[in-house]
Amino acid sequence: MTTTAPVTTGRRAPRDGSPAGPVPGGPRRRPGRLRRTALPYLLLLPALLFELLVHLAPMVIGVVMSFKELTQYFIRDWGAAPWSGLGNYRVSVDFDGPVGEELLRSFFVTVGFTVLSVALCWLIGTAAAVCMQDTFRGRGLLRALFLVPYALPVYAAVITWVFMFQHDNGLVNHVLHDQLGLTDKPSFWLLGDNAFVALLTVSVWKGWPFAFLIVMAGLQNIPKDLYEAAALDGAGTWQQIRRITLPSLSAVNQVLVLVLFLWTFNDFNTPYVLFGKTAPASADLISVHIYQESFATWNFGRGSAMSVLLLLFLLVVTGVYLAVTSRGRRTARA
Amino acid sequence: MRSIRAAATGAVTLSLALAASACGGGSPTGGGSSDSPKTLTYWASNQGASVEIDKKVLQPELDKFEKQTGIEVKLEVVPWSDLLNRILTATTSGQGPDVLNIGNTWSASLQATGALLPWDAENFGKIGGKDRFVPSALGSTGVRGQDPAAVPLYSMAYALYYNKKMFADAGISKPPVTWDELVAAGKKLSKNGKWGLGTEGSNPSENIHHAYIFAKQHGADFFTADGKPDFTNAGAVTAVKDYVDLMAKDKIIAPGNAEYAQNQSVSDFAKGKTAMLLWQSAAANLTSQGMDEDDYGIAPVPVRSGTPGGGANVNSMVAGINLAVFKNTGNLDGATEFVKFMTSDEEQKILNKAYSSIPPVAAAQSDPAFNTPANAVLKDTLTKSAVALPQVPAESQFETAVGTAIKELYADAAAGRAVTEASVKAKLEKAQSQMPAA
Repeated sequence: MTTTAPVTTGRRAPRDGSPAGPVPGGPRRRPGRLRRTALPYLLLLPALLFELLVHLAPMVIGVVMSFKELTQYFIRDWGAAPWSGLGNYRVSVDFDGPVGEELLRSFFVTVGFTVLSVALCWLIGTAAAVCMQDTFRGRGLLRALFLVPYALPVYAAVITWVFMFQHDNGLVNHVLHDQLGLTDKPSFWLLGDNAFVALLTVSVWKGWPFAFLIVMAGLQNIPKDLYEAAALDGAGTWQQIRRITLPSLSAVNQVLVLVLFLWTFNDFNTPYVLFGKTAPASADLISVHIYQESFATWNFGRGSAMSVLLLLFLLVVTGVYLAVTSRGRRTARA
Repeated sequence: MRSIRAAATGAVTLSLALAASACGGGSPTGGGSSDSPKTLTYWASNQGASVEIDKKVLQPELDKFEKQTGIEVKLEVVPWSDLLNRILTATTSGQGPDVLNIGNTWSASLQATGALLPWDAENFGKIGGKDRFVPSALGSTGVRGQDPAAVPLYSMAYALYYNKKMFADAGISKPPVTWDELVAAGKKLSKNGKWGLGTEGSNPSENIHHAYIFAKQHGADFFTADGKPDFTNAGAVTAVKDYVDLMAKDKIIAPGNAEYAQNQSVSDFAKGKTAMLLWQSAAANLTSQGMDEDDYGIAPVPVRSGTPGGGANVNSMVAGINLAVFKNTGNLDGATEFVKFMTSDEEQKILNKAYSSIPPVAAAQSDPAFNTPANAVLKDTLTKSAVALPQVPAESQFETAVGTAIKELYADAAAGRAVTEASVKAKLEKAQSQMPAA
């Protein structure tokens, strides 16, 4: 989860000129050249096998499953399940049929939710990081406090929100209705259309500290003299942010937005803990939808097909995103 | 140099070991968690007020079993929200317990997977014969005409629990017998922040249990005689509408109940926030929530007219827990021995007393504990006016699909949106479209 931060800083390290790590090609080269070339690969082998075992094998099994009619009659003995060719895919993308229609609706809900959540997470995270850049008393404390939602275990955090969103005894209704009188009657937050707002609130609450953390790390790399020079030239705070801070953060932002997008789009825990197995239509995120499709109907083949479609979609989005943003940056730099 | 060579050797050895074990992982391992005849794994459903309470109830009995047979039983109490998923996962992977509890309504669905040991005459012979069990309980053990997929362990029935003091304060002298009477009583009771009836609007299974009985009382069903889903027939639509109307039209259920799914309605009843509750075997749960047994009465669930009985006058599902054996257990004899022990007259008395359920074993029912006025209601219901939920392979999917439809209708009712025949029918149509093609 935290690998993104070291990656960006790590890439910068060699530029300082200090030769890190062992110098390649030592004094002796002759004895056993083959052995020498093979050694790194040998040492990598366990990691590679683990990677295959933990990541690739389940994915391949999932893809195979998606071509089978793996219903309740066959889950005990997968081998006996008949091959269904593209049948599961056909049902999933038949948007006139009930299954495809629901999947498409869930997909659009997820897209809307993800765009809003990522945008808000980024906005709040960046704003907070920029505000925290100047030193002042209690800055460390505030920074630590901001990270709490990110550090809490998901279940504990979200179940607390469930209690707060309750209709009868929830804190949210108590404040909005009883104390502020903003609504004429207590609202349902976990049912109906409000569920989308509830889900978005929890997702942003949980996600923005990560954006804050990454942007904060990125800010440390912007040289102070740039701001001093800009201030001398008469640039105001807003101009400094627009002309110096944001462009300098573009590399960090590229990774941050992508990671936030993937996490949010795939988020299963938040909606599952908030709504249980049956999410209201307004908050029916695709990950829970696929879970429901496989576990509630016991049709694991179709669930797998949907997962594969989701995987393909995310791959395409990631590829296009990286291609576009990288090219944009390259031309900007040239 | 030597250390590098050692590292390389270690890496290669590790890789080889990994590759070997990875290949081994794919092949079936004979299943069951025990290949030794002296241990068994048992998944128990959560029957008491908490998992801890269940452990306290069950462990002494398992120790007794170990003393008698030398077989050690490893107990795991699985919460309801996880149980079906855990069973499905165990079925898929072949790595499951030896003996397990299943909700009796899932019997036919799980039977279709072929993962459970069929209880044919020979297997029943090992535990004392099929006729030790009462017929109503056996009616919920799998598709009719096939060998049962499980044997009954605890039987439960729905009853109407009512708060005696709240009834007296509202001037209601006896519990309602028909739905009209219940609505009338509910209207008298629903005032000053208190409500007539409680329900679990966001719990699909609870919704199904009630809607199914409502449908039966209208002479309808959710499945055709040959087991095809038929959710939109007139009787089923009326049944679902009647049930949701308790909140939408009659307004005797608090709107907040629409989001209940963690037995909050039982707590509300125990705290005197609601005056009536339709629940199965609630006594132990109410006691653990601090409600005195003298404070509430138990009556049969209302019918449309007349008194509870067969046909359109059924007033409860056959609720309960069945005991199943995983077919690929490595210790079939031990597992059967354990089922025999758990269904013995003596254990049946002990366990059903602890869970305030009714023993499905006829001989155990004669114990005075099951003939108190309260339990007599449950026992009577089970023998005379309870009906099994559809014993079809798609039952589990039906619970989810229709149960969720009703949850959404409750959400509409709670938000003040109209619940009409058309809106009910639309939701049920959608639910039916989600069912596997028959």
